Amino acid sequence: MPVTPATSRAAVPSFGISFDSVERRFGSFVALRGISLQILSGEFVALLGANGAGKTTLLRIAALLASPTRGKVRFTAGQGSGDCSSIAEAKKLTGMVGHSTLLYDELTAAENLTLFAQLYGLDGISVRVANSLQSCGLGSRAASLVRTFSRGMRQRLAIARALLHQPRLFLLDEPAAGLDRQGLVWLGETLEALRKDGCTVLMSTHARNESLDLAARAVVLDGGMVKQDSGSGGDPRPVLAALRADT
Amino acid sequence: MKGRVASTIIVAALIFFAGYAALFIAPDEKTMHAIQRIFYFHLPSWIAMFTALSVVFVANIAYLATRKTKWDALGVAGAEAGVVCCTIGLATGPLWAKPVWGIWWTWDARLTTTFILWLLYISYLLLRGLLDDPEKKATLSAIFGVFAFLDVPLVYVSNRLWRTQHPQPVILGGNGSGLDPTMSKVLLLCVIAVMGVMIVVLLDRYRLERLRHEFEELRIEVETCNLAPASILGKESA
Amino acid sequence: MSTARAAAILLAKELRLEFRTRELLSATIVFAMVIVVLFSFAFDPTAAESRRYGPGLLWISFLFAGSLMLNPSFAREQANDTLDALRMAPISPFAILSAKMLANFIFMSLVELVLVPVFGVLYNVSLAGVAGRLILVLALGTIGLTVTGTVFSAISSHARMRELLLPLLLLPILTPLLIGAVEATASLLLDRPELDRTWVALLAGFDIVFLTASWLLCDYLIEE
Repeated sequence: MPVTPATSRAAVPSFGISFDSVERRFGSFVALRGISLQILSGEFVALLGANGAGKTTLLRIAALLASPTRGKVRFTAGQGSGDCSSIAEAKKLTGMVGHSTLLYDELTAAENLTLFAQLYGLDGISVRVANSLQSCGLGSRAASLVRTFSRGMRQRLAIARALLHQPRLFLLDEPAAGLDRQGLVWLGETLEALRKDGCTVLMSTHARNESLDLAARAVVLDGGMVKQDSGSGGDPRPVLAALRADT
Repeated sequence: MKGRVASTIIVAALIFFAGYAALFIAPDEKTMHAIQRIFYFHLPSWIAMFTALSVVFVANIAYLATRKTKWDALGVAGAEAGVVCCTIGLATGPLWAKPVWGIWWTWDARLTTTFILWLLYISYLLLRGLLDDPEKKATLSAIFGVFAFLDVPLVYVSNRLWRTQHPQPVILGGNGSGLDPTMSKVLLLCVIAVMGVMIVVLLDRYRLERLRHEFEELRIEVETCNLAPASILGKESA
Repeated sequence: MSTARAAAILLAKELRLEFRTRELLSATIVFAMVIVVLFSFAFDPTAAESRRYGPGLLWISFLFAGSLMLNPSFAREQANDTLDALRMAPISPFAILSAKMLANFIFMSLVELVLVPVFGVLYNVSLAGVAGRLILVLALGTIGLTVTGTVFSAISSHARMRELLLPLLLLPILTPLLIGAVEATASLLLDRPELDRTWVALLAGFDIVFLTASWLLCDYLIEE
């Protein structure tokens, strides 16, 4: 599948995230306990940990889908200097691939992408949608209902949807799940392109996949707390190697 | 602790004395005789109910504005107290009405509004029971509570307008006019006593809810402390 | 992006989704008709009785059918967590809520457009002369129904037993609306039909109060 490179967004500044003693509770279940983490603008962070460690919750908080029960989350522009201008700005520049597909099953692939392109206020929508479908290999199924798609196809469309508005902060929650060989290759190429463009990426996974090689930093969560962190300037490979040894 | 025991004893004494006063001290009513004595508890329970439900409204707004769980605790305490008072009122009314006016019930504005009110606040409690996540429970029930409270005047007005068009036998409730002085004094005593009971029950329920929250906080503190040492040891930075 | 623009986009989506299958719409229309027909078996009304009780029957069937139709409004968004996708987009929560309110208003109006003539035919009630005023009353009543119903759909979508919970929460709240709508409709079916201002004012008041409350509380409603 061809990777149609998005027009370089290097001109639009990326931003980082600062988690400050973030705690998130659901009733008596504590998903995150006192997480303090500074993710710099342009960093590619692999978020690791077993199921239930809190990765999804952390990503949801970064996506502004949930707020911390305690503690603060800030978006830091540039190299950690000052806050991002506003929540609305941050939303326009954030893309997320979640646990669910975030797609309407009863709309076609093209209709789904068009809807979100409209909501994000993009221009040249029909061209963008066509290019996006082409690049994720669903060009021939543009007019088919998502309901008829296989798991792998839905995941590809979900990723395409998240990339449509050319985000500067890209959050992925187990993106490799359900992808076939081709899909994985496409994902890897897409992430590589994003990394080169200076996009901040936070990707969670609990199993080994090739995209992890792109990560410049590895953070391991356990029981809602940071267990290991290879740090902003550090080397993630020992942490990643340990993961491979475990699984 | 001492305050709680003292206030419970005082209120218990009040209600006891109020009951005695209603049964023996208050003079016999001309037309209705003994049955009229229900009035001494019927009217105060309405007053107590409106107070409790106003508390619920304030608590709902306060919770949405501040997100402090104590307001949610106050809301549920007020709603439960209010529903109990409303049930007492709705139960004593027909007991009084039947022997005196020959009918158990009529759909006049006041009674209909009260019945709807009773349904609304039971629904409030039911809604809370069907929501699991405490944060959602507090937020969504607060929103419903605000809607319910805003609805009450509309229900009353619509029923009043409706009943002026379709008159029905009106039960003369709330005989505040032209009461014999002794009756007034007994009534006042009963109002104070019933309000006292309602407030004591409300505060106890409030405390219970707050204690539950505190217990959860402590449990989580302990859990975090138990987990922390391991994470500190395991934490590496390359 | 302005709230109005975002709401328009989402309204188009809601309409497209429903008109593709038309399942909900047809089921609601049939259910309302069933109630209307059952009435004739339960009460076997004369012509005069039909005109007297007709408005009540009509509005009861709209309320019941409506409270079933309003359930999927927010429940549908839970299938693939699409509500999260909407919340992440740079649009206001009120855009999401108002789009659904508008969509439900349109659907409910379509149900009424079918039911009212059917009712007129089945019970020999002439509606031609008062069509315009009747539409006003229907519109005001439907606004109240769909505004509160959509809010409660959002509330009950998080709870267990939501199919039963929604009517339970909604119907008591709607009593002023029911009284106002029935009385206003009844005044139009008299020998000398006239639009009763009092009831129209009550309906309008109800709509304004709850639309304002929905707007003010919208953020808390749509959050996680």
